[in-house]
Amino acid sequence: MARFILRRLVGMVAVLFAVSVLTFLIFNVIPNSDPAQRMAGKQATPELVASITKEWGFDDSLPQQYVTMMRKVFSGDLISYEGRENVDEKIVEGIPETFSLCIGAAVIWLFFGILFGYLSAVRAGGWLDKTLTVIAVTGISMPVFWLAAIFLNYLTYKTEIFPSGGYVEFTTEPIEWANHLILPWITLAILYAGFYSRVLRSSMLDVMGEDYVRTARAKGLSEQRVMSRHVMRNSLIPIVTLFGLDFGALLGGAILIEGIFSLEGIGQYAYEALKNTDLPPIMAIVLFGAFFVVLFNALVDIAYAYLDPRIRLGASANG
Amino acid sequence: MASAPLLSVRDLRVGFVTEGGRLQAVDGVSFDLAPGEVLAIVGESGSGKSVIAQTIIGLTRSPNSRIDGSVQLRGAELIDADDAELRKVRGEQIGMVFQDPMTSFNPVYKIGWQIVEAIRAHRRDIGDKEAGEIAVEMLDSVGIPNPARRVDDYPHEFSGGMRQRAMIAMALALEPDLLIADEPTTALDVTVQAQILALLERLNRDRGLATILITHDLGVVAEVADRVLVMYAGRVVEQGTLDEIFYDPQHPYTWGLLGSLTRMDRERPKRLPQISGAPPSLQSLPQGCSFRPRCPHEFGRCSELPALDARLSETPAHLDRCWLSPEQKCELRQVEGEIGLEAPAR
Repeated sequence: MARFILRRLVGMVAVLFAVSVLTFLIFNVIPNSDPAQRMAGKQATPELVASITKEWGFDDSLPQQYVTMMRKVFSGDLISYEGRENVDEKIVEGIPETFSLCIGAAVIWLFFGILFGYLSAVRAGGWLDKTLTVIAVTGISMPVFWLAAIFLNYLTYKTEIFPSGGYVEFTTEPIEWANHLILPWITLAILYAGFYSRVLRSSMLDVMGEDYVRTARAKGLSEQRVMSRHVMRNSLIPIVTLFGLDFGALLGGAILIEGIFSLEGIGQYAYEALKNTDLPPIMAIVLFGAFFVVLFNALVDIAYAYLDPRIRLGASANG
Repeated sequence: MASAPLLSVRDLRVGFVTEGGRLQAVDGVSFDLAPGEVLAIVGESGSGKSVIAQTIIGLTRSPNSRIDGSVQLRGAELIDADDAELRKVRGEQIGMVFQDPMTSFNPVYKIGWQIVEAIRAHRRDIGDKEAGEIAVEMLDSVGIPNPARRVDDYPHEFSGGMRQRAMIAMALALEPDLLIADEPTTALDVTVQAQILALLERLNRDRGLATILITHDLGVVAEVADRVLVMYAGRVVEQGTLDEIFYDPQHPYTWGLLGSLTRMDRERPKRLPQISGAPPSLQSLPQGCSFRPRCPHEFGRCSELPALDARLSETPAHLDRCWLSPEQKCELRQVEGEIGLEAPAR
């Protein structure tokens, strides 16, 4: 286990380094990205641009600028070019909203994805399976922005059942917190739930054809036990894989949903930073997102080893 | 048939609806199995032998299958038994061992856990600890060394032969009277095959365990069986004691099977004899005898399906489905001084 963690940490550093270098280089080659010019404003005098360039260190060599920026990211001193605010503090401010959104949505989509997938597989070919298939495919097919607009129109503006968005602190008013988040949760969860139920269904149908499932039946186990103990556990691996990737990526910001439901989360911050070609927040958010993707991939590997004892952590081809 | 049969199968028919149409996998099979008897069901792939095995414990039930006839275990009908009744039979009264020990254990649970699960499914009164002890005992009784330690191994930590032993241990954990072994040695090395057969034979002898042994290998049959059922395209073509089948076979298909056996005590043939042609598709069986298209001795009457009858007056329990007269058979089955099926005349 220690070896596994060590190898994953080394891998994580490598990924974060590669991602940050790429982000930095891309920013420096796109046109019209000279931050001094932008910071100086529309009627900038060359003197002003020059002084900003000097003050912010834009005349340093690129490697030098990169090192300075990375040091600031990790020491919490990074200041954005556009709003001149502290980037790390802004991200930390966004965490509760983004994480509330993602964790809540993940709970909903895992619950319904697994429930629907399970029922579909157990009743494969029957009317319940067909109904759930239609529901799942509909869920997958509806674009998030369209679905959000429909929800807002019917459940907020016309009937005023739910608030149109915004965020209430969980610690102050937990019920209002949930009430404000229900629509974004559902909107975000529908796509994933539909997709996960399809994946689980086909994975379960594969496993149900395995010899060991026949053995389990031949032992005289109840159908319910055959399903829960022998089919489900072996069918969960693709779900775990998907979840690690999807959830890790979402924590880096759900840009569309946050924008539509006025959540001031990391996704919203990323959107503004991108709009303004504002490198410091872009860099920090990219690193933040990449960190979670790598972290959840490591957690997925741990979950694999738990689900299937043939998979051993730390015993890879080269280790 | 002195004692009442343990298992009695009457006119069993199993049909499946497939994309290519309806097919009759098992067509009117009947047999009895006495307590302690070893019955071998022999046939090539698609002959319906595994379907019989699985149908006995209800594993072929599905919306796409149609099962008729009767399967009685000690007089209790299994064909229309409900799921709960069937579950009681499975594992507790009939143990089942499958062909591929590599895939027949769930890879994610320990061997011991899977045996305990089988015990606890039927005997809620036995605690986990006690069931664990039974599992160790069972592994010991099928010849697994160091069972107390191996019980905590995962299936992938067992060799193929060990897994098949463990499979047998699991099937017998609740001391059923009947073991159905569906090609139990097919996936194993020859030396391991011999060990598994010896184990089955010992269990039969020591425990009076009745066994249905499904196989395509007459060599396996010769080792352990008391009686043999030869199947072809879903029907029994010949049925008799081991000696009757091996020394006085009546059906050309049986001759072919016997002729294609490789024997250590004979000179090695240049080319292994085989039955020419391929088994018919179950969706388009030839009219009359199903073996007709591959049979060199076919004649006019073969377009009519022969009944499974006793055609030899001195052995009334030796049944076959062939129109040839016993005298013709005695002559025709001799190929170069051995029993065999000659190559087609064409």
